[in-house]
Amino acid sequence: MSITSYNGSALIAMVGKDCFAIASDRRLGVNFQTIACDFQRIFKIHDHLYIGLSGLATDVQTMHQRLNFRHKLYQLREERNMRPETFASLVSAMLYEKRFGPYFCEPIIAGLNDDGTPFICTTDLIGAKQLAKDFVVSGTASESLYGACESMYKPDLGPDELFEVISQALLASVDRDCISGWGGIVHVVTPNQVITKTLKGRMD
Amino acid sequence: MECIFGLVGDGFALVVTDTSQVQSIVVQKTNEDKIMILDSHKLLGVTGESGDRVQFSEYIQKNILLYQYRNGIPLSTSAAANFTRGELATALRKNPYEVNMMIAGWDKDQGPSLYYLDYISTLHKVEKGGMGYGAYFLLSLMDRYYEKNMSLEKALELVDMCIEEVRSRLVVSPPNFIIKIVDKDGARELAWRRTVEDKQGPPSAAAPIASPMAEDVSV
Repeated sequence: MSITSYNGSALIAMVGKDCFAIASDRRLGVNFQTIACDFQRIFKIHDHLYIGLSGLATDVQTMHQRLNFRHKLYQLREERNMRPETFASLVSAMLYEKRFGPYFCEPIIAGLNDDGTPFICTTDLIGAKQLAKDFVVSGTASESLYGACESMYKPDLGPDELFEVISQALLASVDRDCISGWGGIVHVVTPNQVITKTLKGRMD
Repeated sequence: MECIFGLVGDGFALVVTDTSQVQSIVVQKTNEDKIMILDSHKLLGVTGESGDRVQFSEYIQKNILLYQYRNGIPLSTSAAANFTRGELATALRKNPYEVNMMIAGWDKDQGPSLYYLDYISTLHKVEKGGMGYGAYFLLSLMDRYYEKNMSLEKALELVDMCIEEVRSRLVVSPPNFIIKIVDKDGARELAWRRTVEDKQGPPSAAAPIASPMAEDVSV
């Protein structure tokens, strides 16, 4: 089995009207055996910036710790939070540092700019950034996710509708992928609040 | 076919491992204690490559104690688990340790906790978990019979069920198991489950069987 599909994962981020949503599945597996159904793949960097990491679970945890460290250092030096584009460049640079021995994870970065406009981007495991205006997906279920998002997505959705769309796209896709799923978690972020909901889908 | 599993109950956490030391097809001993007591309230059950198992677990134990001596307070279970994960992760891309671990501990504010830590340093807090071939049988058994906040008696019933399952269904199943517990009274050995006793001491002092050469074989 490929190293990036050792643990199984599924991630989506979508852009709405002055908000964004980021969602992931919750399965932690080892090949076909399921270890846990409450694994965290989406991490808060600051109130308006979230990163979701798919791929090998150990690298997800290592990347999260390193990025947290770098952002805290930035906060101490600059006395402010990192902007999403800056953070995306940081992630890309950190991944390319390990070009010939990479971290086997593919991050999705989602944040709100200072003016409230949402920002999403994804990179591959060696840091090739891809910006998008609508949605980005990552993980073992990515092919299904692309299809589901493409058909369900509409621009300028409000937070509630965006939550519905992203949840349905996630659940539909992970049901077609045996190594991701076992529930989901969705964060919908607006300039003033974050709404976090867990999804119960097919637990298999 | 090493087996390790653990579960969290009402105010305690259990870690169970097999106790066979195997080299290729030979069972060298059947009373090898694979659960290290890290400090007064922490257990580290380790399976995997024998050299790495002993080296790495002793290294972790000494460092946990060093922190306590240097700083005057012991590490929490979560901190110890994350420290162990960090050591494994640092070694992962240099000279990896092939060890799978279950870390159990009891903290005054948190109560009992159990961590799953596999050989590529994936760390996850769990209520019940297992590794190795035994886990293929045990995880579903625990899914069916485990409840939150089980009493010690019920937990031991579940552990015995699991051990029976491994013994009867795993092809080269280990004969003996050790169960260790950690609760507010500390980390300690709880019980063994033996089917084979290691022979102790030197060979019997009875007279050796007479060699054919000792007899007079004059024709």
